[in-house]
Amino acid sequence: MAHSIRRDSPELPDFSLLKRLAKDQLIYLLEQLPGRKDLFIDADLMSPLDRIANVSTLKQHEVDKLYKVEYKPIVSTSDQLCFLIRPRLQSVKWICDVVNADKAAGKFRRYKLIFTPQKFYACENVLEEQGIFGDVTTDEWAFHLLPLDDDIISLELPEFFRDYFLEGNQRWVRTAGSALHLLHSLFGPFCKVYGIGRCSKMAYESWREQVEEGEQNTGRDGEIGSVFLIDRDVDYVTPMCSQVVYEGLVDDIFRIKCGCVEFGPEVTSSDKSLKVMLNSQDKVFNQIRNEHFSNVFGFLSQKAKNLQTAYDKRSGMDIKQIKTFVSEELKGLKQEHRLLSLHIGASESMMKKKTKQEFQELLKTEHSLLEGFDIRECITFIEEHINRQCSMIESLRLLCLLSLTENGLLSKDFKSMKAQYLQSYGVDHLPTFANLKQLGVLVEQPTGETLTAMESKVGKLVNDRTAGKLTDAFSSLAKKSHFRALSRRLNLVPKSDEEYDLRVPKDMAYIFSGAYVPLSCKLIEQVLERDGWTGLEEVTRLLNGQEFAASGCSEADGKARNDTRRTILVMFLGGCTFSEISALRFLGKEKGYKFVIVTTAITNSARLIEALLDNHA
Amino acid sequence: MAFITANWNPLGEAFYRKVELYEMSWVLRDGLRDSLVAAAPYGGPIAVMKESRCLSPSVRPQLEIYTASGVTMATFPWKSGPVVLLGWSVSEELLCVQQDGAVLIYDLTGAFQRHFSMGQEVVQSHVSEAKIFHSPYGTGVAIMTGSSRFTLATNIDDLKLRRLPEVPGLQGAPSCWAVLNQDRQTKVLLANGPELYLLDNTSCTSVVLPGVCPQDSVFVHIAVSFSYKYLALFTDTGHLWTGHAHLQDKLSEVDTKIRSPPKQMVWCRRPQSQQPSVVVLWEQLLLVVAVGGDTVQYPLEEACVCVGELDGVRLLSPSRHELLQEVPLVCEDIFKIASMGPGALLLEAHKEYQKSSQKADEYLREIKEQGMLGDAVRQCVEAAGHEQHTHTQKALLRAASFGKCFLTNLSPEAFVSVCRDLRVLNAVRDPSIGIPLTHTQYKQMTVQVLIDRLVYRRLYPLAIEVCRYLKTPEYQGVSRILRHWACSKVQQKGESDEVMVRCISGRLADAPGISYSHIASKAYDSGRTELAIKLLDYEARSGEQVPLLLKMRRSQLALSKAIESGDTDLVYTVVSYVKNEMNRGDFFMTLRNQPVALSLYRQFCKLQEQETLKDLYNQDDDHQELANYYVSASYREKRLEARLSVLQSAVDEYNKAKNEFSSKATEEEMRLLRFQRKLDDEKGAGLLGLSLQATMEALLASGLQKQADHLYRDFRVSDKRYWWLKLRSLAKKEEWEELEKFSKSKKSPVGYLPFVEVCMERSNKNEAKKYVTKVTPEQRVRAHLAIEDVEGAAEAAIERRSEAEIGAVISHCCSSSSSSSSQRLLLDKLQRALTTANRK
Repeated sequence: MAHSIRRDSPELPDFSLLKRLAKDQLIYLLEQLPGRKDLFIDADLMSPLDRIANVSTLKQHEVDKLYKVEYKPIVSTSDQLCFLIRPRLQSVKWICDVVNADKAAGKFRRYKLIFTPQKFYACENVLEEQGIFGDVTTDEWAFHLLPLDDDIISLELPEFFRDYFLEGNQRWVRTAGSALHLLHSLFGPFCKVYGIGRCSKMAYESWREQVEEGEQNTGRDGEIGSVFLIDRDVDYVTPMCSQVVYEGLVDDIFRIKCGCVEFGPEVTSSDKSLKVMLNSQDKVFNQIRNEHFSNVFGFLSQKAKNLQTAYDKRSGMDIKQIKTFVSEELKGLKQEHRLLSLHIGASESMMKKKTKQEFQELLKTEHSLLEGFDIRECITFIEEHINRQCSMIESLRLLCLLSLTENGLLSKDFKSMKAQYLQSYGVDHLPTFANLKQLGVLVEQPTGETLTAMESKVGKLVNDRTAGKLTDAFSSLAKKSHFRALSRRLNLVPKSDEEYDLRVPKDMAYIFSGAYVPLSCKLIEQVLERDGWTGLEEVTRLLNGQEFAASGCSEADGKARNDTRRTILVMFLGGCTFSEISALRFLGKEKGYKFVIVTTAITNSARLIEALLDNHA
Repeated sequence: MAFITANWNPLGEAFYRKVELYEMSWVLRDGLRDSLVAAAPYGGPIAVMKESRCLSPSVRPQLEIYTASGVTMATFPWKSGPVVLLGWSVSEELLCVQQDGAVLIYDLTGAFQRHFSMGQEVVQSHVSEAKIFHSPYGTGVAIMTGSSRFTLATNIDDLKLRRLPEVPGLQGAPSCWAVLNQDRQTKVLLANGPELYLLDNTSCTSVVLPGVCPQDSVFVHIAVSFSYKYLALFTDTGHLWTGHAHLQDKLSEVDTKIRSPPKQMVWCRRPQSQQPSVVVLWEQLLLVVAVGGDTVQYPLEEACVCVGELDGVRLLSPSRHELLQEVPLVCEDIFKIASMGPGALLLEAHKEYQKSSQKADEYLREIKEQGMLGDAVRQCVEAAGHEQHTHTQKALLRAASFGKCFLTNLSPEAFVSVCRDLRVLNAVRDPSIGIPLTHTQYKQMTVQVLIDRLVYRRLYPLAIEVCRYLKTPEYQGVSRILRHWACSKVQQKGESDEVMVRCISGRLADAPGISYSHIASKAYDSGRTELAIKLLDYEARSGEQVPLLLKMRRSQLALSKAIESGDTDLVYTVVSYVKNEMNRGDFFMTLRNQPVALSLYRQFCKLQEQETLKDLYNQDDDHQELANYYVSASYREKRLEARLSVLQSAVDEYNKAKNEFSSKATEEEMRLLRFQRKLDDEKGAGLLGLSLQATMEALLASGLQKQADHLYRDFRVSDKRYWWLKLRSLAKKEEWEELEKFSKSKKSPVGYLPFVEVCMERSNKNEAKKYVTKVTPEQRVRAHLAIEDVEGAAEAAIERRSEAEIGAVISHCCSSSSSSSSQRLLLDKLQRALTTANRK
């Protein structure tokens, strides 16, 4: 093990600055509309906003009442309305209706629209078409980045994934570029930038453009060394797997929203739900978040014992000692106690769900798929899964995983599975399948004949050597993702004959019970190790290329403190999972890096699939 | 250097001097008499035109524009109507106010820029007098019509005409008037004989000057100071009243003893003036009247024009151009005869030093003894700034530099900056350039403006030199100048596009912050579209290219540039523009070649215009997407018939797309919908819209076995699915007999473990047991465990000799807390079996 050469990971930059900036700007914007006003907020902006400015801050700046945007007529009596929304046409249209309704009723109010993180021309166009462009004022709240934790920064744009990867809409690319620009201007200059994927490249270019347009500030010591940009479509396999690391599992089961989770009565063992912030401030959570689930219970019980000992110290203390104990330690212990019981509750509740036979079988199937063994059995399992109507989302996830690892389903299987799925969940899922196909996560293998026929046809026209190359080209056309080849080349699936000790993980595979090293994280590891893409040509070819590497600041390169260079910013375009974050944290600990994860949103298999649903519900 | 004071005249406590700026190089046919003359402040250009009333109507006067040194900049015959007044705007544009109220604007080269009118009313009544004034808001124009009504425009770049109220009791024209700027308001002060009125936007107030005597003398001339702070009025009795512009404080009143009305009257003062004065001009006499009451007279040989400046008055005559100003205090201190000021001593010391005389030391000692050396240096430096002649400047700067040597802690900044300023000032004062700026004016107007002025005069090389010399940042300096150069370059005719582009791009190549789009738009404005397009290619920011391309109706090019930029807003701008510009077919064709724009538009349509989306797919013959569209659309239809017909369209499209699978699936959905409808009508089952599975489930739940079976056969539902469904539904209703019957109906395609499981879900162990024996050997252990029959499980596991299964049983044993002796026995047995299995 490489423990001996482990270097200490560097300190992280203080990202709370981003919050302060966003807060100041929001307050400034609110003050642009002096006087009392009602504030309407997009539903999905509620939690991010809460992290920036809480209700009392808003009240201080003369916000009277807060409403959620619900696309219904409003009941506000205020004569000033402020709307804080994402630049979505639907919201803008609703606002137009509100304004026009007021007009029809002869009511005069002032309206202010604050778009975040930016406004789009299309939105203004709608205002214009609906004839209220002159009645409202618009503004932008450049709230690009929300630090969810010490090392996680989110753009909180879940729609990025569908917009870019499915619809081919590039409107958020510039936003990503701006986010990078913001980080660069606050914590840069960056020394190296690596990236893979088309979107990454565009975001990188957009950022460069903004750097060139803006003021140059050189001579500052950057706090971030390298940047790694990665598109979600480089690796769909990883997010399609069930998560078994504590934090990921909590996300899969309870859904962590904006760094906050709501534990239901079954966890809190009382009759009400409880919202809990999950981040490094929570000392108990911080210790178990990256652990494989099988270790968590043992850890928690040990912790409980320790806590008991700490409490027990009380007996045998004299009055003075007790006084200090109460004033200094007790509060911490109480706090820890509360957290501990919460996490034990959560673990129990998850245990109930996840150690069932079915879950074990599900994991087994996933692992078989990743390894490429017993595919027939897997297909049977998935079929049964569909037939028994276990879960609409889960079934689709398994189908996708099958297709991704096997480079598509055989035509026969594809049709029968799809037919069965439609029988289970309705024909309105036809567009959903079209979406999955377009994205390339659930496809039919092209029938061998058509391809061979084409090859031989072309083969006749050219000589043998070129024909060989052509075959390669064709097969790469046919198989968009070469998961098997990649897996072999990057050694993603560790040999299964050795026992994998999950307590002392030896590589990133531990986040999937030792069955699979996430492709995305492996790529990052490799590129950092090689300081570029050299030697990975085959891999990038299999991933459809689009990789790039650029050095940011030439002169600062040599001077930059060693610490800085080992702070690495990883930006996931299209979202990343908690498992990937755990894997990177592990990698950081092993190699003495510190990773900062920037993502368009935290995602998991269910969120990905839900984003692609197009059924009518 | 006694001669420096040769042109000084004492006036009260101060001195006034008249310095020659230039020998005019112009050749004026009739001097300045009977001409309209306008000279811009801050050493600006001079415009001259014969007054129309002095010419026969058939003759066209010549409009001539000169630099302050008399070099011709432009000359052209005046072709428009009679002109009342010439004047200059703050950005050195020539304003020509015509009798009919039109104001024509020309640039320095005599090129017509634009025009505006001072109102309809003026066309009839004519402009009888006009004034051009400068305020913080820009350049304004005030006119008085033949019917003595005033109209104001405060800023010609943001034209808002204001007609001032009528003056009560005004018969005929007022004797004199002036424009005032007070409290951010523009007002007109006018004199009707002995009465004064102040006109503002809404009212006309009669005002009385404090302390005018004699009481009812007629005001014949009004002069406002450069800063609008002071006012001077001349009466027909030859009295000159001076005071503050707000008309409350009087400064003084001087009797000039000259009763004829003056031709011109201008304030002459400077910042921190000792002795402000008013310069009054008659045909042959120039009288400087100090506020203190002293006067200086200058006889004039030829007709003259005064130009008020911030720190003095310029006198313009056909042969000479002079500056009349109060001698700055420092200069006075240094050069006054027998002055013992520290600066004067230092200058003297340096002079002696150059002569290698030991007197230098004596002078220095004297200054140092008074501890005034620092002051001496400062005085010399400051005085150098105020001097016009280079040799005087040099002498003073050398002296300062000399004095500096004996000081240790003097900041060199002032010295350096004055040296720099003088270098620039001397360069622009050169007669070939002709901008006679004083140091005070230069500081007031800033380098930026000076560079602008050089650019207006197209003195690009000099402007660039100045910027480089002053190390002005490129964005504000060189780049800006090059942009102006390029803009004027593209407006020139005669050169081919290629030559022009090469010339411009070559010159601009390495200058940062150049906006090619700006230059291109200038080219487009002067009708050179092709040149504009070529220039746009050099524009790095696509965001700048697109709007101009759209303006030039190159929408295709604009679209591809927008896409290149990666800015979707830009793409959308072009798309929405193109949408309105083209007919639908062409529009769709355009989009078809641009997938990025297409996807953007599609997404927009999905939210805004569903119908357009359909057309879009239709146009592209994208049957697959069209079919998907119909499928989603079908769910928006409330009525079944409508839904079916939409689904039928989907089927047709799927067929066209050769997607048999989907077309079949859709057809089945239609069949299912009809079936559901039928049952809903018959039994009120509420099935419409459910999936096949859900339908069957609902049917079984409400005991409609036959109908469920019908669906099972009709839709070729797989046996497995149906069995799962049925056994679950039976268990749910706890119809255990039915379940048993069902299990025996034929061999179960899903095996018998599910039977055990559904029974256990209802906690019916007895029923579950019935099926355990039927379970296949592979699943038997699980079955036993499911009914918590550990012994059975152990038996089965040992029989199967499967390591994993034995392990599973062991872990099950361990997790259950009860530890009876039988269990321990069982555990031992299992362990042993495990070791045997292992050994194998």
